[in-house]
Amino acid sequence: MALSREQLAQRVSQELQDGFYVNLGIGIPTLVANYIPQGMEVMLQSENGLLGMGEFPTEETIDADLINAGKQTVTAIDGASFFSSAKSFAMIRGGHVDLTVLGAFEVDVNGSIASWMIPGKLIKGMGGAMDLVAGADNIIVTMMHADKKGNSKLLPVCELPLTGYGCIKRVLTDLAFIEIKDGAFHLLERAPGVSVEEIVAKTAGKIVVPENVPEMQL
Amino acid sequence: MAGLNKLVGSYEAALEGLSNDMTVMVGGFGLCGIPEGLIAQMVKTGVTGLTAISNNAGVDDFGLGLLLKSRQIDTMIASYVGENATFEQQMLSGELNVILTPQGTLAEKIRAGGAGIPAFFTATGYGTPVAEGKETREIDGRHYVLEPALTADFALVRAWKADTMGNLVFRKTAANFNPMMATAGKITVVEAEHIVAPGELDPDHIHTPGIYVDRLIQGTFEKRIEQRTVKA
Repeated sequence: MALSREQLAQRVSQELQDGFYVNLGIGIPTLVANYIPQGMEVMLQSENGLLGMGEFPTEETIDADLINAGKQTVTAIDGASFFSSAKSFAMIRGGHVDLTVLGAFEVDVNGSIASWMIPGKLIKGMGGAMDLVAGADNIIVTMMHADKKGNSKLLPVCELPLTGYGCIKRVLTDLAFIEIKDGAFHLLERAPGVSVEEIVAKTAGKIVVPENVPEMQL
Repeated sequence: MAGLNKLVGSYEAALEGLSNDMTVMVGGFGLCGIPEGLIAQMVKTGVTGLTAISNNAGVDDFGLGLLLKSRQIDTMIASYVGENATFEQQMLSGELNVILTPQGTLAEKIRAGGAGIPAFFTATGYGTPVAEGKETREIDGRHYVLEPALTADFALVRAWKADTMGNLVFRKTAANFNPMMATAGKITVVEAEHIVAPGELDPDHIHTPGIYVDRLIQGTFEKRIEQRTVKA
Protein backbone atom coordinates (compact mmCIF):
# COMPACT_ATOMS: atom_id res chain seq x y z
CA MET A 1 0.00 0.00 0.00
CA ALA A 2 1.18 3.49 -0.83
CA LEU A 3 1.69 5.67 2.24
CA SER A 4 -1.08 8.02 3.31
CA ARG A 5 -0.32 11.67 4.05
CA GLU A 6 -0.22 10.84 7.75
CA GLN A 7 2.16 7.92 7.19
CA LEU A 8 4.48 10.13 5.15
CA ALA A 9 4.57 12.56 8.07
CA GLN A 10 5.10 9.69 10.49
CA ARG A 11 8.10 8.35 8.51
CA VAL A 12 9.65 11.82 8.29
CA SER A 13 9.25 12.22 12.04
CA GLN A 14 11.64 9.27 12.54
CA GLU A 15 14.38 11.51 11.13
CA LEU A 16 13.90 14.08 13.91
CA GLN A 17 16.51 14.24 16.64
CA ASP A 18 16.35 15.67 20.13
CA GLY A 19 17.35 19.34 20.08
CA PHE A 20 16.67 19.85 16.36
CA TYR A 21 15.54 23.17 14.87
CA VAL A 22 13.17 22.25 12.03
CA ASN A 23 11.40 24.10 9.22
CA LEU A 24 8.25 22.40 7.94
CA GLY A 25 6.75 23.45 4.62
CA ILE A 26 3.06 23.72 3.78
CA GLY A 27 0.99 20.53 3.25
CA ILE A 28 2.26 17.09 4.30
CA PRO A 29 5.39 18.54 5.99
CA THR A 30 3.17 20.50 8.39
CA LEU A 31 1.69 17.20 9.61
CA VAL A 32 5.12 16.12 10.89
CA ALA A 33 4.52 18.37 13.91
CA ASN A 34 1.84 15.88 15.03
CA TYR A 35 4.37 13.02 15.23
CA ILE A 36 7.20 14.50 17.28
CA PRO A 37 8.15 11.63 19.63
CA GLN A 38 7.18 12.09 23.27
CA GLY A 39 9.93 13.57 25.38
CA MET A 40 11.87 14.86 22.38
CA GLU A 41 12.54 18.59 22.24
CA VAL A 42 12.21 20.03 18.74
CA MET A 43 11.79 23.70 17.87
CA LEU A 44 9.81 24.63 14.77
CA GLN A 45 10.97 27.56 12.65
CA SER A 46 8.50 29.61 10.64
CA GLU A 47 10.33 31.64 8.02
CA ASN A 48 8.28 34.81 8.41
CA GLY A 49 10.14 35.30 11.71
CA LEU A 50 9.34 32.83 14.47
CA LEU A 51 11.39 30.15 16.20
CA GLY A 52 9.35 28.04 18.60
CA MET A 53 6.00 27.75 16.82
CA GLY A 54 3.29 26.16 18.93
CA GLU A 55 -0.15 24.77 18.19
CA PHE A 56 -3.12 26.72 16.85
CA PRO A 57 -4.60 29.20 19.34
CA THR A 58 -8.03 29.14 20.94
CA GLU A 59 -10.65 31.79 20.14
CA GLU A 60 -9.51 33.53 23.34
CA THR A 61 -5.78 33.54 22.59
CA ILE A 62 -5.93 34.27 18.85
CA ASP A 63 -3.55 37.10 17.89
CA ALA A 64 -3.44 38.79 14.48
CA ASP A 65 0.24 39.60 15.06
CA LEU A 66 1.20 35.94 15.43
CA ILE A 67 1.02 33.86 12.25
CA ASN A 68 3.05 31.16 10.50
CA ALA A 69 4.48 31.11 6.99
CA GLY A 70 1.14 29.79 5.72
CA LYS A 71 -0.47 32.94 7.21
CA GLN A 72 -2.40 30.84 9.76
CA THR A 73 -2.79 32.09 13.30
CA VAL A 74 -0.50 30.13 15.64
CA THR A 75 0.98 30.33 19.14
CA ALA A 76 4.55 30.52 20.42
CA ILE A 77 5.97 28.01 22.92
CA ASP A 78 8.01 28.91 26.00
CA GLY A 79 11.50 29.69 24.76
CA ALA A 80 10.27 31.04 21.42
CA SER A 81 11.72 34.12 19.75
CA PHE A 82 10.56 36.59 17.10
CA PHE A 83 12.77 38.29 14.52
CA SER A 84 12.72 39.99 11.13
CA SER A 85 12.44 38.05 7.88
CA ALA A 86 16.06 39.05 7.09
CA LYS A 87 17.29 37.39 10.29
CA SER A 88 15.02 34.43 9.62
CA PHE A 89 16.53 33.80 6.21
CA ALA A 90 20.05 34.46 7.49
CA MET A 91 19.30 31.56 9.84
CA ILE A 92 18.14 29.43 6.89
CA ARG A 93 20.78 30.52 4.37
CA GLY A 94 23.50 30.24 6.97
CA GLY A 95 22.72 26.55 7.46
CA HIS A 96 21.59 26.84 11.08
CA VAL A 97 18.32 24.93 10.63
CA ASP A 98 18.90 21.22 11.29
CA LEU A 99 16.15 19.79 9.11
CA THR A 100 13.93 21.20 6.38
CA VAL A 101 10.91 19.29 5.06
CA LEU A 102 9.10 20.45 1.95
CA GLY A 103 7.01 19.25 -0.96
CA ALA A 104 7.83 19.09 -4.68
CA PHE A 105 6.33 18.49 -8.15
CA GLU A 106 9.51 16.83 -9.46
CA VAL A 107 13.04 15.89 -8.40
CA ASP A 108 15.85 14.53 -10.55
CA VAL A 109 18.95 12.31 -10.24
CA ASN A 110 21.18 15.35 -9.76
CA GLY A 111 19.18 16.50 -6.74
CA SER A 112 17.44 19.36 -8.52
CA ILE A 113 13.91 20.18 -7.43
CA ALA A 114 10.91 21.80 -9.12
CA SER A 115 8.14 22.90 -6.79
CA TRP A 116 6.83 26.37 -7.59
CA MET A 117 5.89 26.94 -11.20
CA ILE A 118 3.93 25.10 -13.86
CA PRO A 119 4.17 26.99 -17.17
CA GLY A 120 0.76 27.90 -18.51
CA LYS A 121 -0.76 27.79 -15.06
CA LEU A 122 -1.01 30.79 -12.80
CA ILE A 123 2.27 31.56 -11.07
CA LYS A 124 1.85 32.53 -7.47
CA GLY A 125 5.50 32.83 -6.55
CA MET A 126 8.20 30.85 -4.84
CA GLY A 127 7.85 32.38 -1.38
CA GLY A 128 10.72 31.06 0.72
CA ALA A 129 11.15 27.71 -1.05
CA MET A 130 14.21 28.70 -3.11
CA ASP A 131 15.99 30.02 -0.02
CA LEU A 132 15.12 26.90 1.96
CA VAL A 133 16.46 24.44 -0.62
CA ALA A 134 19.60 26.49 -1.25
CA GLY A 135 20.35 27.11 2.40
CA ALA A 136 19.66 23.85 4.18
CA ASP A 137 21.99 20.87 4.07
CA ASN A 138 19.57 18.36 5.58
CA ILE A 139 16.39 18.41 3.48
CA ILE A 140 13.70 15.79 3.10
CA VAL A 141 11.36 16.22 0.15
CA THR A 142 7.94 14.63 0.57
CA MET A 143 6.02 13.99 -2.63
CA MET A 144 3.99 11.55 -4.70
CA HIS A 145 6.16 9.07 -6.61
CA ALA A 146 4.04 9.34 -9.76
CA ASP A 147 1.02 11.29 -10.97
CA LYS A 148 -2.47 9.80 -11.26
CA LYS A 149 -1.69 8.49 -14.77
CA GLY A 150 1.41 6.73 -13.44
CA ASN A 151 3.91 9.22 -14.89
CA SER A 152 7.03 9.32 -12.72
CA LYS A 153 7.94 12.47 -10.82
CA LEU A 154 11.45 11.15 -10.15
CA LEU A 155 13.17 12.10 -13.36
CA PRO A 156 16.51 12.03 -15.20
CA VAL A 157 16.20 15.83 -15.46
CA CYS A 158 13.43 18.03 -14.02
CA GLU A 159 11.13 19.25 -16.77
CA LEU A 160 9.51 22.11 -14.84
CA PRO A 161 11.37 25.34 -13.95
CA LEU A 162 13.64 24.66 -10.98
CA THR A 163 13.32 25.77 -7.39
CA GLY A 164 16.90 24.69 -6.73
CA TYR A 165 19.75 23.05 -8.59
CA GLY A 166 21.54 20.02 -7.16
CA CYS A 167 20.46 20.51 -3.56
CA ILE A 168 18.25 17.54 -2.60
CA LYS A 169 19.72 14.38 -1.10
CA ARG A 170 16.69 12.60 0.41
CA VAL A 171 13.18 12.03 -0.95
CA LEU A 172 10.28 10.33 0.75
CA THR A 173 7.48 9.38 -1.64
CA ASP A 174 4.29 7.47 -1.02
CA LEU A 175 6.17 4.40 -2.30
CA ALA A 176 9.77 4.70 -1.17
CA PHE A 177 12.49 6.42 0.80
CA ILE A 178 15.29 7.35 -1.55
CA GLU A 179 18.74 8.88 -1.34
CA ILE A 180 20.10 10.90 -4.25
CA LYS A 181 23.85 10.60 -4.89
CA ASP A 182 26.30 10.09 -7.75
CA GLY A 183 23.66 10.97 -10.34
CA ALA A 184 21.16 8.30 -9.33
CA PHE A 185 18.27 7.51 -7.02
CA HIS A 186 19.30 4.94 -4.41
CA LEU A 187 16.43 2.94 -2.96
CA LEU A 188 16.69 2.81 0.85
CA GLU A 189 13.27 1.60 1.97
CA ARG A 190 9.95 0.68 0.43
CA ALA A 191 6.47 1.40 1.74
CA PRO A 192 4.83 -1.60 3.44
CA GLY A 193 3.49 -3.97 0.80
CA VAL A 194 4.98 -2.07 -2.15
CA SER A 195 7.26 -4.13 -4.39
CA VAL A 196 10.68 -3.09 -5.63
CA GLU A 197 9.40 -3.75 -9.15
CA GLU A 198 6.61 -1.20 -8.78
CA ILE A 199 9.05 1.42 -7.47
CA VAL A 200 11.51 0.77 -10.30
CA ALA A 201 8.69 0.89 -12.87
CA LYS A 202 7.52 4.26 -11.55
CA THR A 203 10.99 5.82 -11.37
CA ALA A 204 12.02 7.46 -14.66
CA GLY A 205 15.50 8.50 -13.53
CA LYS A 206 18.34 6.03 -12.98
CA ILE A 207 17.66 4.00 -9.85
CA VAL A 208 20.09 1.82 -7.90
CA VAL A 209 18.51 -1.05 -5.98
CA PRO A 210 20.50 -2.87 -3.31
CA GLU A 211 20.05 -6.58 -2.76
CA ASN A 212 17.94 -6.09 0.32
CA VAL A 213 15.36 -3.27 0.47
CA PRO A 214 13.70 -3.20 3.90
CA GLU A 215 10.09 -2.20 4.44
CA MET A 216 9.49 1.02 6.33
CA GLN A 217 8.70 0.57 9.99
CA LEU A 218 5.74 2.78 10.89
CA MET B 1 11.85 73.59 15.02
CA ALA B 2 10.88 69.98 15.26
CA GLY B 3 14.34 68.84 16.22
CA LEU B 4 14.30 65.07 16.51
CA ASN B 5 10.56 64.86 16.94
CA LYS B 6 9.30 62.81 13.97
CA LEU B 7 5.62 63.00 14.82
CA VAL B 8 3.28 64.35 12.14
CA GLY B 9 -0.36 65.25 12.69
CA SER B 10 -2.04 63.93 9.57
CA TYR B 11 -1.79 61.22 6.94
CA GLU B 12 -1.47 63.97 4.32
CA ALA B 13 1.67 65.19 6.08
CA ALA B 14 2.91 61.63 6.51
CA LEU B 15 2.97 61.05 2.74
CA GLU B 16 3.81 64.58 1.59
CA GLY B 17 6.01 64.39 -1.50
CA LEU B 18 4.74 61.04 -2.71
CA SER B 19 4.28 61.38 -6.44
CA ASN B 20 3.70 59.39 -9.63
CA ASP B 21 6.20 56.70 -10.69
CA MET B 22 7.88 56.46 -7.32
CA THR B 23 9.10 53.27 -5.67
CA VAL B 24 7.39 52.42 -2.39
CA MET B 25 8.25 49.66 0.09
CA VAL B 26 5.38 48.44 2.21
CA GLY B 27 5.97 46.31 5.31
CA GLY B 28 3.96 43.22 6.21
CA PHE B 29 3.69 39.49 5.58
CA GLY B 30 0.27 38.74 4.18
CA LEU B 31 -1.99 41.07 6.13
CA CYS B 32 0.15 40.76 9.27
CA GLY B 33 2.04 43.93 10.19
CA ILE B 34 0.89 46.13 7.31
CA PRO B 35 0.69 49.93 7.67
CA GLU B 36 -3.06 50.06 7.09
CA GLY B 37 -3.61 53.80 7.34
CA LEU B 38 -0.66 54.69 5.12
CA ILE B 39 -1.93 52.30 2.43
CA ALA B 40 -5.37 53.91 2.64
CA GLN B 41 -3.73 57.32 2.29
CA MET B 42 -1.79 56.19 -0.79
CA VAL B 43 -5.12 55.27 -2.38
CA LYS B 44 -6.47 58.72 -1.49
CA THR B 45 -3.56 60.59 -3.06
CA GLY B 46 -4.34 58.94 -6.42
CA VAL B 47 -0.67 58.70 -7.37
CA THR B 48 -0.07 56.24 -10.20
CA GLY B 49 2.74 54.31 -11.87
CA LEU B 50 4.06 53.08 -8.54
CA THR B 51 6.62 50.33 -8.13
CA ALA B 52 5.58 48.52 -4.96
CA ILE B 53 7.99 46.31 -3.01
CA SER B 54 6.21 44.07 -0.54
CA ASN B 55 6.35 40.36 0.23
CA ASN B 56 2.70 39.87 -0.82
CA ALA B 57 0.03 41.84 -2.59
CA GLY B 58 -2.73 41.86 0.00
CA VAL B 59 -6.20 40.51 -0.65
CA ASP B 60 -8.84 41.96 -2.95
CA ASP B 61 -10.31 44.45 -0.53
CA PHE B 62 -7.50 45.01 1.97
CA GLY B 63 -3.82 45.82 2.10
CA LEU B 64 -2.04 46.44 -1.20
CA GLY B 65 -5.03 44.90 -2.96
CA LEU B 66 -6.68 48.31 -2.58
CA LEU B 67 -3.93 49.99 -4.63
CA LEU B 68 -4.13 47.28 -7.27
CA LYS B 69 -7.87 47.70 -7.60
CA SER B 70 -7.40 51.43 -8.18
CA ARG B 71 -4.66 50.60 -10.73
CA GLN B 72 -2.01 52.72 -9.04
CA ILE B 73 0.70 50.05 -9.15
CA ASP B 74 2.63 49.37 -12.38
CA THR B 75 5.28 47.04 -11.06
CA MET B 76 5.13 44.71 -8.11
CA ILE B 77 8.19 43.13 -6.50
CA ALA B 78 7.04 40.28 -4.22
CA SER B 79 7.72 36.66 -3.31
CA TYR B 80 4.20 35.23 -3.23
CA VAL B 81 1.02 36.67 -4.62
CA GLY B 82 -1.52 33.88 -4.41
CA GLU B 83 -4.29 35.48 -2.41
CA ASN B 84 -5.52 38.21 -4.70
CA ALA B 85 -7.86 37.82 -7.68
CA THR B 86 -7.38 41.42 -8.86
CA PHE B 87 -3.67 40.78 -8.91
CA GLU B 88 -4.06 37.61 -10.98
CA GLN B 89 -6.22 39.38 -13.50
CA GLN B 90 -3.84 42.31 -13.94
CA MET B 91 -0.83 40.02 -14.14
CA LEU B 92 -2.43 37.78 -16.79
CA SER B 93 -3.56 40.77 -18.88
CA GLY B 94 -0.04 42.18 -18.80
CA GLU B 95 -1.26 45.36 -17.14
CA LEU B 96 0.92 44.70 -14.14
CA ASN B 97 4.63 43.94 -14.29
CA VAL B 98 5.54 41.37 -11.63
CA ILE B 99 9.05 40.59 -10.45
CA LEU B 100 8.89 37.46 -8.31
CA THR B 101 11.78 37.34 -5.89
CA PRO B 102 12.62 34.59 -3.36
CA GLN B 103 11.51 35.67 0.10
CA GLY B 104 14.93 35.50 1.73
CA THR B 105 16.59 37.23 -1.22
CA LEU B 106 13.93 39.95 -1.08
CA ALA B 107 14.53 40.46 2.64
CA GLU B 108 18.30 40.59 2.15
CA LYS B 109 18.08 42.94 -0.87
CA ILE B 110 16.21 45.40 1.33
CA ARG B 111 18.58 44.90 4.26
CA ALA B 112 21.55 45.45 1.93
CA GLY B 113 19.91 48.55 0.45
CA GLY B 114 19.56 50.09 3.88
CA ALA B 115 23.11 49.11 4.85
CA GLY B 116 24.82 50.61 1.80
CA ILE B 117 25.73 47.29 0.22
CA PRO B 118 25.00 47.53 -3.53
CA ALA B 119 24.69 43.79 -4.21
CA PHE B 120 25.50 40.40 -2.75
CA PHE B 121 26.06 36.80 -3.84
CA THR B 122 23.56 34.16 -2.75
CA ALA B 123 23.10 30.50 -3.65
CA THR B 124 19.33 31.03 -3.65
CA GLY B 125 17.89 30.76 -7.14
CA TYR B 126 21.02 29.46 -8.89
CA GLY B 127 20.01 27.39 -11.92
CA THR B 128 16.41 28.63 -11.71
CA PRO B 129 14.46 31.27 -13.68
CA VAL B 130 15.37 33.78 -10.95
CA ALA B 131 19.03 33.72 -12.02
CA GLU B 132 18.36 34.40 -15.70
CA GLY B 133 20.40 37.35 -16.97
CA LYS B 134 22.22 37.75 -13.67
CA GLU B 135 25.94 37.46 -13.00
CA THR B 136 26.93 34.19 -11.32
CA ARG B 137 30.17 33.18 -9.65
CA GLU B 138 31.67 30.00 -8.25
CA ILE B 139 33.09 30.47 -4.75
CA ASP B 140 34.72 27.49 -3.02
CA GLY B 141 32.99 25.07 -5.35
CA ARG B 142 29.46 26.46 -4.95
CA HIS B 143 27.50 28.56 -7.40
CA TYR B 144 26.09 31.95 -6.44
CA VAL B 145 23.90 34.60 -8.08
CA LEU B 146 24.61 38.33 -7.79
CA GLU B 147 21.53 40.08 -6.44
CA PRO B 148 21.35 43.89 -6.45
CA ALA B 149 20.12 45.72 -3.36
CA LEU B 150 16.78 47.53 -3.18
CA THR B 151 15.96 50.99 -1.87
CA ALA B 152 12.81 53.09 -2.24
CA ASP B 153 11.60 56.67 -2.38
CA PHE B 154 9.24 55.90 0.47
CA ALA B 155 9.29 53.04 2.99
CA LEU B 156 5.98 52.55 4.80
CA VAL B 157 6.39 50.70 8.05
CA ARG B 158 4.15 49.50 10.84
CA ALA B 159 5.51 49.38 14.39
CA TRP B 160 3.98 48.36 17.69
CA LYS B 161 5.57 51.01 19.86
CA ALA B 162 7.49 54.10 18.92
CA ASP B 163 8.82 57.08 20.82
CA THR B 164 8.52 60.48 19.20
CA MET B 165 12.19 60.30 18.14
CA GLY B 166 11.30 57.32 15.92
CA ASN B 167 12.82 54.53 17.98
CA LEU B 168 10.76 51.44 17.17
CA VAL B 169 9.66 48.19 18.74
CA PHE B 170 7.87 45.54 16.70
CA ARG B 171 5.52 42.89 18.01
CA LYS B 172 5.67 39.14 17.35
CA THR B 173 5.53 38.15 13.66
CA ALA B 174 4.25 41.61 12.71
CA ALA B 175 7.94 42.56 12.48
CA ASN B 176 8.57 40.53 9.27
CA PHE B 177 9.81 42.97 6.58
CA ASN B 178 9.25 46.16 8.59
CA PRO B 179 12.68 46.45 10.29
CA MET B 180 14.62 46.19 7.00
CA MET B 181 12.27 48.47 5.10
CA ALA B 182 12.64 51.10 7.80
CA THR B 183 16.33 51.33 6.85
CA ALA B 184 15.88 51.36 3.07
CA GLY B 185 13.57 54.31 2.38
CA LYS B 186 14.78 57.76 1.32
CA ILE B 187 11.79 58.81 3.38
CA THR B 188 10.71 56.29 6.01
CA VAL B 189 7.24 56.76 7.40
CA VAL B 190 6.15 54.76 10.43
CA GLU B 191 2.59 54.10 11.50
CA ALA B 192 2.63 52.99 15.12
CA GLU B 193 0.06 51.46 17.43
CA HIS B 194 1.42 53.24 20.49
CA ILE B 195 3.53 56.39 20.67
CA VAL B 196 5.37 57.31 23.85
CA ALA B 197 7.79 60.00 24.99
CA PRO B 198 11.56 59.57 24.59
CA GLY B 199 12.95 57.67 27.55
CA GLU B 200 9.93 55.45 27.98
CA LEU B 201 11.32 52.70 25.75
CA ASP B 202 14.24 50.75 27.21
CA PRO B 203 17.20 51.46 24.86
CA ASP B 204 18.14 47.78 25.17
CA HIS B 205 14.77 46.77 23.72
CA ILE B 206 14.66 49.02 20.66
CA HIS B 207 14.59 47.07 17.40
CA THR B 208 15.02 50.01 15.02
CA PRO B 209 16.89 53.15 16.13
CA GLY B 210 15.25 56.48 15.28
CA ILE B 211 18.00 57.51 12.85
CA TYR B 212 16.18 55.55 10.14
CA VAL B 213 12.79 57.16 10.70
CA ASP B 214 11.70 60.43 9.10
CA ARG B 215 8.02 60.65 9.94
CA LEU B 216 5.83 59.02 12.54
CA ILE B 217 2.05 58.88 12.78
CA GLN B 218 -0.33 57.37 15.30
CA GLY B 219 -2.40 54.71 13.55
CA THR B 220 -5.51 52.72 14.32
CA PHE B 221 -5.58 49.20 12.98
CA GLU B 222 -8.24 46.73 11.94
CA LYS B 223 -5.68 43.87 12.03
CA ARG B 224 -7.59 41.63 9.73
CA ILE B 225 -6.70 37.93 9.90
CA GLU B 226 -6.12 36.12 6.61
CA GLN B 227 -6.27 32.48 7.79
CA ARG B 228 -8.13 32.26 11.05
CA THR B 229 -7.12 28.87 12.48
CA VAL B 230 -7.99 27.67 15.97
CA LYS B 231 -7.47 24.49 17.93
CA ALA B 232 -10.17 21.88 17.38
